[in-house]
Amino acid sequence: MPKKSFVVTSGKGGVGKTTITSNLGTALALLDKKVCVVDADIGLRNLDVVMGLENRVVYDLVHVIEGECRLKQALIKHKRAEGLYLLPASQTRSKEAITPDQMRELIVKLKEEGQFDYIFVDCPAGIEHGFRNAIAAADEAILVTTPEISAIRDADRVIGLLQAAEIYEPKLIINRLSLNMVKSRQMMDKEDIIDILAIDLLGVIPEDEQIIVSTNTGDPIVFMDDSKSASAFKRIARRIEGEDIPIFGEDDQEGIIARLRKFFARNNRKEPEHV
Amino acid sequence: MFEAIIRWLKGGQESKEICKSRLKLILAYDRTEISPEILDALKEDMFLAISKYFDIKEDDVIMNISKSEETVALMANIPIMGMKRQTI
Repeated sequence: MPKKSFVVTSGKGGVGKTTITSNLGTALALLDKKVCVVDADIGLRNLDVVMGLENRVVYDLVHVIEGECRLKQALIKHKRAEGLYLLPASQTRSKEAITPDQMRELIVKLKEEGQFDYIFVDCPAGIEHGFRNAIAAADEAILVTTPEISAIRDADRVIGLLQAAEIYEPKLIINRLSLNMVKSRQMMDKEDIIDILAIDLLGVIPEDEQIIVSTNTGDPIVFMDDSKSASAFKRIARRIEGEDIPIFGEDDQEGIIARLRKFFARNNRKEPEHV
Repeated sequence: MFEAIIRWLKGGQESKEICKSRLKLILAYDRTEISPEILDALKEDMFLAISKYFDIKEDDVIMNISKSEETVALMANIPIMGMKRQTI
């Protein structure tokens, strides 16, 4: 399988890019892939903290780009997930410290020298210089939104900017969907959001209080087997790997009639549904 | 579920629907947001294309995006000085 780089982006801040980068990276590493997660939020580094690796940061991505250390020296190996590495952001420099071209070189280096199967670049919020850097070397984009009006508006703007940068067909992850609120029709459902943004859905992550616990301790939630978001992340990882498995919550949020209808529809269907 | 029934009995609108219709309107506007540079480039192209057929002055060309509640339109006002002679 060819090596692939993804940018995890959203436009709006606080929708879960860092949590998603950390957990998708971990979930793919648990599927025996060699994964590097890159923190592109220079000056506001956070991916190290969310992953519980903050005490092991010595060198960062700016050091690698400026040739002050070798790639290998800056990569932090995760202890619990074999094959998972973090390339941290610099905390003291600014986003203008690197250029999109330098970012492209770095990703090529990670693919060739690092031999990573997957590279996930955690994009900073906003659409300025840091965003341009983060998307520069992306083969594909993962667009994160929550079911809120402001997040979806910003996501729509980012779709346009990605297109202008020749990154077509970003894949959508809807984060923090509350199944109860969807049921009481006080929150947009995944169909509403896909309909509005008109892009493919990669996955849905349910609202989950356990995420707070996971960031408190610095253990990615995919290590907690009983959590509902963990299972959503694992499904997304398998979909990235090319498996055809349903989106999280597709079966458990429907009543018996809908499920029966779906069962019969599935048996009558000629082609597998492409989601 | 119970809350939903109460709301339905009261005839209140579900906030999801309000959200959707607001969002659709916002995006319809956002998506036609054009930078002044692009509008200028378009103006230039239109001028070149139209001046093949009509006598027009570039300074007279007025172009903008007009938005109303439901529609978004590109409005161009191009005064014509005269026809160009067609060579057949």
